[in-house]
Amino acid sequence: MSRRDLLIRKLLLSLVTMFVVVAINFVLFRILPGDPVRAVIGRNVKISAEVQQSLREQFGLDKPVFPDQFFSTLGQWARGNLGVSWSLRKPVAEILVAKLWNTLLLIGLGQILSIFLGVVLGLFAGWKRKTALDVGALTFSLIAWATPTFWLGIILLAAGSSWLGLPTRGIVSPENVGKPLYTVIPDLMAHLFLPTLTLSILYLGEYMLIMRSSILEVLSEDYILTAKAKGMSHWQVLWKHALKNAMLPIVTIVALNLGFTVSGAIYIETVFSYDGLGKLFQTALTKQDYPLLQGAFLLLAVSVILANMLADILYTYLDPRVKAS
Amino acid sequence: MHNTSVKSPLLRVRHLSTEFVMPVDQRVARALEDVSFDVYPGQTIGLVGESGCGKTTTLMSVMRLLPANARLSGQVFFKDTDLLTLNEKSMRSYRWKELAIVFQGAMNALNPVMRVGEQIREAITLHKLMDREQAETRVGELLEMVGIPKERGAQYPFQYSGGMRQRAMIAMALACSPSLLFADEPTTALDVMVQAQVLELLKKIQQDFGLAIVIVTHDLGVVAELCDTVVVMYGGKVAEYGPVDMIYNAPQHPYTQRLLESFPDLARSDPSEALASIPGTPPRLTELPPGCRFEPRCYVRLEKCKFEAPPLLEVNDNHFAACHLCKGAEARF
Amino acid sequence: MQESWLLFKRNLADFWKTFRHNRMGLMGAFLVLTAILLAIFAPLVTTTSPNEIIRDANGRGLTFAPPFVHGPLGTDDAGHDVWAQLAFGARISLTVGFLAGFIAMFVGSLLGILAGYFGGWLDNLIMRITDVLLVIPDLPLMLVLVAAIRQLNLQISPLTVLILVIGLLYWTSTARLVRSQVLTIKERQFVARARAIGAGHIHIIRNHILPQIMPLIVANTVLILSTAILIESGLAFLGLGDPTQPSWGTMLNFAFDRNAISNNAWWFYLPPGLAIVWVSLGCVLLGNVLEEMLNPRLTGHHLEGEARVVKITGEEAAHAQHLG
Ligand SMILES: Nc1ncnc2c1ncn2[C@@H]1O[C@H](COP(=O)(O)OP(=O)(O)OP(=O)(O)O)[C@@H](O)[C@H]1O
Ligand SMILES: [Mg+2]
Repeated sequence: MSRRDLLIRKLLLSLVTMFVVVAINFVLFRILPGDPVRAVIGRNVKISAEVQQSLREQFGLDKPVFPDQFFSTLGQWARGNLGVSWSLRKPVAEILVAKLWNTLLLIGLGQILSIFLGVVLGLFAGWKRKTALDVGALTFSLIAWATPTFWLGIILLAAGSSWLGLPTRGIVSPENVGKPLYTVIPDLMAHLFLPTLTLSILYLGEYMLIMRSSILEVLSEDYILTAKAKGMSHWQVLWKHALKNAMLPIVTIVALNLGFTVSGAIYIETVFSYDGLGKLFQTALTKQDYPLLQGAFLLLAVSVILANMLADILYTYLDPRVKAS
Repeated sequence: MHNTSVKSPLLRVRHLSTEFVMPVDQRVARALEDVSFDVYPGQTIGLVGESGCGKTTTLMSVMRLLPANARLSGQVFFKDTDLLTLNEKSMRSYRWKELAIVFQGAMNALNPVMRVGEQIREAITLHKLMDREQAETRVGELLEMVGIPKERGAQYPFQYSGGMRQRAMIAMALACSPSLLFADEPTTALDVMVQAQVLELLKKIQQDFGLAIVIVTHDLGVVAELCDTVVVMYGGKVAEYGPVDMIYNAPQHPYTQRLLESFPDLARSDPSEALASIPGTPPRLTELPPGCRFEPRCYVRLEKCKFEAPPLLEVNDNHFAACHLCKGAEARF
Repeated sequence: MQESWLLFKRNLADFWKTFRHNRMGLMGAFLVLTAILLAIFAPLVTTTSPNEIIRDANGRGLTFAPPFVHGPLGTDDAGHDVWAQLAFGARISLTVGFLAGFIAMFVGSLLGILAGYFGGWLDNLIMRITDVLLVIPDLPLMLVLVAAIRQLNLQISPLTVLILVIGLLYWTSTARLVRSQVLTIKERQFVARARAIGAGHIHIIRNHILPQIMPLIVANTVLILSTAILIESGLAFLGLGDPTQPSWGTMLNFAFDRNAISNNAWWFYLPPGLAIVWVSLGCVLLGNVLEEMLNPRLTGHHLEGEARVVKITGEEAAHAQHLG
């Protein structure tokens, strides 16, 4: 398949997925609260009749549900108008943007750490198959896989706070709230340590397993034997021939695992009261703040879909088999 | 040493035995037993025999490329060094520089994400034979020599046809001007036209470079066309070994006789058809018979063939066969 | 009975012979079986009901009592016996996990067979659905769905909602696996022959395809079970369980919400988590071993050590020496 065909295919798939997400969100939007206007403005907020009327028009609530309402709602969402949170009484979009960066910080740190470590350890585990290192890595991965994210968080929280005296909630200590983050870096690091550790442990197991099986597959290929026959040392073969081939599928798999990453963030942020999208999601759920819930869902889903698409595009640049044809 | 007009062998394989320990049940498969033969400079040797008889294993044993579940014994002298005594590091300096190999089923022997030219150049610079620039020029020459335009060195393997990949592999094998080339079934899995091209190429190499070649093949026609000496293997042992005309005109081992009979027309070659015509199957390497390995399928077997393995006998000058029916002195290997 | 099914039975016997010697597999089976036994015999191994409030001599609720002050695992914030909660929680966790897993397995196998066997637009449709489901982040989707279903007031128990949502979202990997397997089986001789003599689709699927893919489905199901149990615990932890029928996840939700951590009541938050790890690890071990037995990775790879050179015997050495 040529690069262009592949890109078009991926793009179409992303569009369809996006459409499905939007449709789900729209349907839920209609199901969840009784009155859609109430959903937008909140249960107990007193607003004037004019504002209500203008909102009705904004969302086209006087028109048929499909296609008019659907597309006008879609238009509103596209413009970033996601309604007003019932519990926080602020526009949903505004709340989401504020939390987005915190979550990206947490996920980004965890991902970078665990991808790097996972690739290196998985590489060695596969190369030195059946040695103590491999068995150890495998055992670790299996246990990490079988451990509920939030429970690992709880344990690390309990252990870290009582033995190491690490902070247990939030991103910075109360006295530092509101200051720019870069001015309170030590405090920030202390807060980030446990959640990042939890996330990294979980992702690490995952990436190690993936890299291990990828490298095992590559090292059984004929061209590895060719490289060895040329007189290259094991290190040279690994570095020049195995690594790139083994890393290529990782790009796709990491992208497909982004959903898993998001789940991790929801659990971890809940456990560590970390002020990000995941925590927000959980709060919206318990407070039955539906506009917020749907907005967060929309944002999370769309980000994952977009990230996936980017990874697919990146892949077509990395793999010469796609690039050249 | 004292007589320079008689060339000394480039490779002397002596009593080479290879076993594989099966990973599942730890049983031992004796893939090679007591294999001995010589390769002289400039000579082309054909290694023939049924599938599974140990041809590939022989080449891989010599190059020490077998996996960890293999156990080797015997000696493999390259010039005067026993390759089996070298450590991995010194062995590496022999690979490709002295001994190069074109693998069986070379379709996947090229790295899919590396340019073909780059893969050839890598072999040259690895052994520090030239600097990078000279090496690039040489890669172009090599590609042209095997009939690939040198610009296509910048392409990836998947952009090559099967025949081109095979030729690129041959170019790569010649990159360091080795003194010995192993070609493991270089024409199987190629269509007839391409087979002919590759054979032509091998012939050309033989003439132009004067390097020794060991060709593994099922195809006796190829052997007749290219080789001066034949090693016939059966069930991991050498059944018969000698100059090609002797073997073709006066085969001594019943297995060789059957093999040749099944190739009435040497120009036509369909190995699957040929093999079907010898009744029975090769022995299982984990349950070898104590006597001659061909005995169960042999049509002239004697009583003692069941219990006593025949030694390799020199039935004529430089013509050896392992059969109780043959007369001759025991081989001096 | 059909020939292929008999073959399947014979393979099962062979399977047990190999499995008996696999330590990892046995360990997995042990973990899963003990958990099932605990669930079944919960009333027999406990002395108090999980809802009973334990009181001290003065009649006050015995809250956060450490192990052996009351019972083997102490009490929770409300004075409930933790061991009893754990044993009865096994029933909820395993029921929800297993039912959801089986639904996923059933839907996945069915769709996989349909896609692989019939091909064409049906295959295309099913595969595109899996593509889409694969990209949408699963946890947020489930949370939103559960919230919506609850809002509808359909009078379905919260646990049923969980079972359905998990089961109907986790079939994609099974469907893909089954589909690719069916595709290869479809090409084989006996299926072509059966079709040539005019066997119906149902007949071919039941008698020729199912027996062949059954082992694969079993292995995959075991793996899916562990996912289902983990997801259930997660959803319950986030408060979507049934508070009147607490599963292990619900217990952890309570423990977290009611300050078990700040009270250092480790006996409240460690056991339910360990129990979840116990079961899901058991399923993962078992599933991996089953999969490995189905397609064993026999050979190693090309960088896995070197062939060993064995010293030859003295006699042979002398012989070779003589040759020079
Ligand atoms: N790594 C290994 N582990 C176990 N057994 C092996 C291994 N490599 C080869 N064998 C066995 O050794 C025997 C000889 O194999 P070999 O590949 O040398 O045969 P061959 O003559 O090259 O056959 P073909 O014509 O099919 O290529 C076979 O029975 C094979 O199964
Ligand atoms: Mg071979």
